[in-house]
Amino acid sequence: MTTDQAKFIYCLRIADNANILAHRLSAWCGHGPILEEDIAMSNMSLDLIGQARGFYTYAGEVEGINRTEDDLAYLRDERDYYNRLLVEQPDAGDFGVAMMRSFLYSTLSYLQFRALINSKDETISGLAAKSIKEVTYHVRHTSEWIIRLGDGTDFSHQKIQDATDELWSYTDELFEQDEVDSILSNENIGVDLSSLRDEWDNMINEIFTKAKINRPTSNGFQAKGGIRGLHSEHLGFILAEMQFLPRAYPDAKW
Amino acid sequence: MNLSTDQIRNLLCEIPDPEVPAISVVDLGVVREIRILNNIVEVDITPTYSGCPALKTMEEQIKKKLLDHGIQSQIKTVFKPAWTTDWMSDETKQKLKDYGIAPPQKLSFEHLHPFAVQDKKAPGCPFCNSDNNRLTSQFGSTACKALYFCDNCHQPFEHFKCH
Repeated sequence: MTTDQAKFIYCLRIADNANILAHRLSAWCGHGPILEEDIAMSNMSLDLIGQARGFYTYAGEVEGINRTEDDLAYLRDERDYYNRLLVEQPDAGDFGVAMMRSFLYSTLSYLQFRALINSKDETISGLAAKSIKEVTYHVRHTSEWIIRLGDGTDFSHQKIQDATDELWSYTDELFEQDEVDSILSNENIGVDLSSLRDEWDNMINEIFTKAKINRPTSNGFQAKGGIRGLHSEHLGFILAEMQFLPRAYPDAKW
Repeated sequence: MNLSTDQIRNLLCEIPDPEVPAISVVDLGVVREIRILNNIVEVDITPTYSGCPALKTMEEQIKKKLLDHGIQSQIKTVFKPAWTTDWMSDETKQKLKDYGIAPPQKLSFEHLHPFAVQDKKAPGCPFCNSDNNRLTSQFGSTACKALYFCDNCHQPFEHFKCH
């Protein structure tokens, strides 16, 4: 695998994570528990769509066969999507699950972008410097909710603990890596995710302690495979909804 | 081309920010560089927030403004250095305040670390100047603003986030 091939996949992975999580958050538009939260979730979704656009556009340039951001977002099927399984998990309208999903993912994203600011690749470094400021808000906002819910009433505590237990099976997978990561971290273009694990653990533990949430042990089932295009059943439904219009009406413009 | 880059910049100063019309796209810091190459003007712009829907509008308005003066242009989006509210001049901040938006303070550690203790007060309500105000939501009507409430004059107001 050449450096450019690795870079193409690396950028797609970042963009796919942002795009799919944005789609999940956008489903809350008009359904937030309070008006301010409705605005907050839509805002976070919009930030993520913006990040996805930047990384899709650059992936298209690196690939060099004139695929646009829209081609990459709308004309790839499940097996060619490389997002982490966590971000595609449904929340079924449960606010605690939605907050926990974003918190667990944004914390990793924050650490990853912080490292990528020093990427030898100017575009990746620029996109990271831009994105980290937004992700900082996302970590802050979701962590505040997790503390409020966890340290709130018995009912809210139980709901956020249940959300934690449910999503924990997708946390190891956040750190799964392959050849793409090793090629790029060797060239100081990407970052070795295992070097971020301790700090991620510390950040999660800090908030869980404040929220009185019991951190599940990692001994249970841990899913794998998102970076290789092996997904849970949920991604197909997301893509069917997201991609319907450009696939059914290929001439549509927006 | 009989216009200098400074004159072109002055033309762009006439374009209001589509979401905060009290300031121009130049005041906002979105216009980064202007180059004149063989009768085509190249303008580098940078997004405030990655997903800011106003960026496309700004791009179109810049093109149109220049075309109205017979100037062909190419607009390029650049990401580095990342846009920051620290680029705003005191004059721009005053314009925001006069328009009813509390201007951003200087960026500091608390804005950059997600778990830093936040000062939940804006530096002065834009209507009565009181510090007796509080954050009601980190996310406002646009990506760049947060919502506050003034407990002195009992008005909600927006604060341009430090970014």
